[in-house]
Amino acid sequence: MIWNDEFETLPREALASLQLKRLQHTLERVYARVPFYRQAFDQAGVRPEQIKRLEDLQRLPFTLKQDMRDNYPYGLFAVPLEQIVRLHASSGTTGKPTVVGYTRRDIDNWSELMARSFAAAGVARGDIIHNAYGYGLFTGGLGAHYGAEKLGAAVIPMSGGNTKKQIMIMQDFGSTVITCTPSYSLYLAEAAAEEGLDIRSFALRVGILGAEPWSESIRQEIEQKLNIKAIDIYGLSEILGPGVAIECIEAQNGLHFWEDHFIAEIIDPQSGEVVADGDEGELVITTITKEGIPMIRYRTRDITRLISEPCICGRSHRRLQRMSGRSDDMLIIRGVNVFPSQIESVLMQVEGVEPHYQLVVDREDNLDTLEVQVEVTEDIFSDEVRVLQELSERIRREIKSLLNITCKVRLVEPKTITRSEGKAKRVIDLRKM
Amino acid sequence: MTVQQISVFIENRRGRLAEATQALGMAGINIRALSLAETSDFGILRLIVDRPDQAKQVFAEQGFTVDKTDVVAVQVPDRPMGLAHILQILDEARIAVEYLYAFIERCGENAIIIFRFDDSRQAIASLQDRGVKVLAAEAVYGM
Repeated sequence: MIWNDEFETLPREALASLQLKRLQHTLERVYARVPFYRQAFDQAGVRPEQIKRLEDLQRLPFTLKQDMRDNYPYGLFAVPLEQIVRLHASSGTTGKPTVVGYTRRDIDNWSELMARSFAAAGVARGDIIHNAYGYGLFTGGLGAHYGAEKLGAAVIPMSGGNTKKQIMIMQDFGSTVITCTPSYSLYLAEAAAEEGLDIRSFALRVGILGAEPWSESIRQEIEQKLNIKAIDIYGLSEILGPGVAIECIEAQNGLHFWEDHFIAEIIDPQSGEVVADGDEGELVITTITKEGIPMIRYRTRDITRLISEPCICGRSHRRLQRMSGRSDDMLIIRGVNVFPSQIESVLMQVEGVEPHYQLVVDREDNLDTLEVQVEVTEDIFSDEVRVLQELSERIRREIKSLLNITCKVRLVEPKTITRSEGKAKRVIDLRKM
Repeated sequence: MTVQQISVFIENRRGRLAEATQALGMAGINIRALSLAETSDFGILRLIVDRPDQAKQVFAEQGFTVDKTDVVAVQVPDRPMGLAHILQILDEARIAVEYLYAFIERCGENAIIIFRFDDSRQAIASLQDRGVKVLAAEAVYGM
């Protein structure tokens, strides 16, 4: 079902002129109100009024995640704080998180886009949405929640964790839709089986799954094990949260990117140049309706391509191909974003630990596992087992408390960690995506 | 009166222990006593050898993480209650034992126990007070 017929099927030319109008308005606002953008535009020698066509956007500089950190917490906000009604922050950073603020209108737009996304996934009024995305600073839980209410479906605000209870509620309440990470959906299926329950016989019919990379074969496994349609959803807190793009249930092929609210560009991550139409590259997003914290040419680091061919569902918005990877070394472990450098800075805080480490990511029983291998140098070595075990326990605790990631710490002999071409290979990802 | 013990970090990896002992053998170093403490991920090989300094160097050259610690070699009568008696002395003196391991002296009446204490000096004094024989390093290396 199409939630907003007028905007979702807007002819391409009309959509483009709407984008340009909204882009120009956004640029004027950020230039006037956000010193960071004024400075960046001035440095690039471009003034907002010189942006006369959508392609002119390419003349503007990129915005990076680091820019958000540098302007922590409110430096990139384009409205006075009294107009902000909600604050969220990104997960998994050692230092300062990246903060996003929403005005009342931003929340309304977000709810609209999530309602659209639910509808595109075949969800409607009368459905019972079991929302297992985390509620809190993370945008997933509340983003999906507001969209579900806007749609008029019944939402169960489960949040994450407590799997047994999730299964009981899902069965007893007759949940028809599950929102969670793809790996958690499989975990639920297994946990249900352990309780002697067949999740395939539950009322579930759709899963709206995102916040981590997954593949077509995982989709088939999920659809088979849970007896549902598994729909890929995309979003990131810097831009909005969930609801930036979603697959339609009709095609399940590429994620419709809500082009009346965002502009997508695909660039070569090395050169920064926009690639040829349909080519793969890094997704760069500009928000064109956001008031609280507009983003101009934000580098998502996600690798994808734009599909321009019309979709059988009738929506005119172009599609993003399923994300195929990252242009940086960010890992997504159980939905939490982790950079190897963050683990490194935790290790550096532990006395005697050298920055010689390796991260091994795997998937056991459908849950991501992280093993941090730390080299035992003479500074930390002891002839007593207890001392070494306390050391690895201390590292494990620090990583848990600073990054909120459960890991296993393995002490290894020096130089067993492969050094390749002067640059250490930090990450071994054994997960089959 | 302490004896130098060489400890080596050994990863739980096939053949690693063989490589460690082979490195020593090639250098003509003789092992007097050893113990291996193990966990699921790693082990700590503890050795008493005839030439500790050289052994340490050999291990370091082979890329092992190696350390030298002071331990105490105690002569224990090779008969029932021999060790129990020693431990009782230590207990009465409130001396904590981190770990210990034994080796039997060839053609002798005695066993030798290697003790790792937090405070070796105090432990040696307490043992000698009660007439227990603590062996000199040279005596142990040359066995």
